[in-house]
Amino acid sequence: MEIRTVHAAEITETVKKLYMDMNYFIGEDILCALQSAQQTESSPIGKSVLSQLIENNRIAAEEEIPICQDTGMAVLFIEYGQQVVIDGGSFEDAVQEGVRRAYTEGYLRKSVVTDPVFDRINTKDNTPAILYTTIVPGDQIRITAGCKGFGSENMSSVKMLTPSAGIDGVKAFILDTVRYAGPNPCPPIVVGVGIGGTFEKAAMLAKKATLRPINTKNEDPRYAALEDELLSAINRMGFGPAGLGGDCTALGVNIETFPTHIAGMPVAVNICCHAARHQSAVI
Amino acid sequence: MKKKIHLPLTDEVIRTLKAGDSVLITGSMLTGRDAAHKRLYELIEAGKPLPVNIDGEVIYYVGPAPAKPGHAVGPAGPTSSYRMDKYAPALLDRGLKGMIGKGKRNKEVVDAMIRNGCVYFAAIGGAAALISRSIKKIETLAYDDLGTEAIYRFYVEDFPAIVAIDADGNSILVESAP
Ligand code: SF4
Repeated sequence: MEIRTVHAAEITETVKKLYMDMNYFIGEDILCALQSAQQTESSPIGKSVLSQLIENNRIAAEEEIPICQDTGMAVLFIEYGQQVVIDGGSFEDAVQEGVRRAYTEGYLRKSVVTDPVFDRINTKDNTPAILYTTIVPGDQIRITAGCKGFGSENMSSVKMLTPSAGIDGVKAFILDTVRYAGPNPCPPIVVGVGIGGTFEKAAMLAKKATLRPINTKNEDPRYAALEDELLSAINRMGFGPAGLGGDCTALGVNIETFPTHIAGMPVAVNICCHAARHQSAVI
Repeated sequence: MKKKIHLPLTDEVIRTLKAGDSVLITGSMLTGRDAAHKRLYELIEAGKPLPVNIDGEVIYYVGPAPAKPGHAVGPAGPTSSYRMDKYAPALLDRGLKGMIGKGKRNKEVVDAMIRNGCVYFAAIGGAAALISRSIKKIETLAYDDLGTEAIYRFYVEDFPAIVAIDADGNSILVESAP
């Protein structure tokens, strides 16, 4: 087995660029969805909001400034090839340094506080980032990075459904979560759903689902159909762009699944706003 | 049609604002979000003076991103208003005339708005780069230690917003769904 050496500085640079780019340049998938929604939106105020969001994305890209002031908390899913050895520092430190540099040098907002309950003191560099690392075969490091604003994060939810709830229970929980969120999470939203695994696995899957481009489908045709069905149901709710009424409440629903226990059917709904910022890189 | 309005808001102007009106706001406003509201509220509870005068002011719920060189302010879109609901009635009873944010308000806030003749504007959540173009100047007024959560004064020209809840308590926010 060949060992490949990767320098820590390369990881830092890659992560830094991912975070600066995702904050300035919205993904093509989101932009296309906003544009087509703008064409079809029947509410005049909704149409105007969508035009302003498209314009906002244009300004951000042109001036290289963040799309949204809430540049979020950094979350990274990493597939680490087991043939890779890091030279010049620890892998975790290299990633954290990349986040630190992006937020301090890229004019991104620092929104992370130390202790969640008592101190709540800003760490001033938006670290720590949250890393989910899996070890995989190969000699590459794959990074899928996102930054999560909390207007939408706060509207997310996990529920430990049991098997008898069935598909109807799954649908009801997802739709109830979106209904409860209403105008708060900056609609049009992207809905990430995780089904299966354990309590925390479902939540991680839901987060991962928000990082998948919305022009892709779940590989299982049954879940792909469920994604479409839920998207239509959400867009019949009428919250509309910015919650001011209209047809476009969501741009996409992405579902990720995992095997689960005979007694359980956990479902997590991670709501993401239209500023669904994520990028990937392979080192 | 967009209505141009000027700050400070007079009672006459407030009476003409109806839920659903698109407005362009010019003038100066305060900013504040979670941490600053908590401090203001605790001072009011303790009967102590506030570090800024809120009488007649409009407050924008925002924590701006840092400004790039050559920019007056970084991207500065609204944050979710419901987190300020616990504190807002006390500020409205102290003379605050308007709030700018995004999303729902609770009944206590709407009651306090009706009681005091105040208005709640929605700015478009996530349109931060666009909105920042209407912010011409920014000064720190209080709580500098809070960084982005400090209380600033924003000088704005044609700041785009929508009357979400008017002084009669009418709302255009869609808060429930079938
Ligand atoms: S929910 Fe998203 S778009 Fe809205 S303020 Fe937060 S990060 Fe920005």
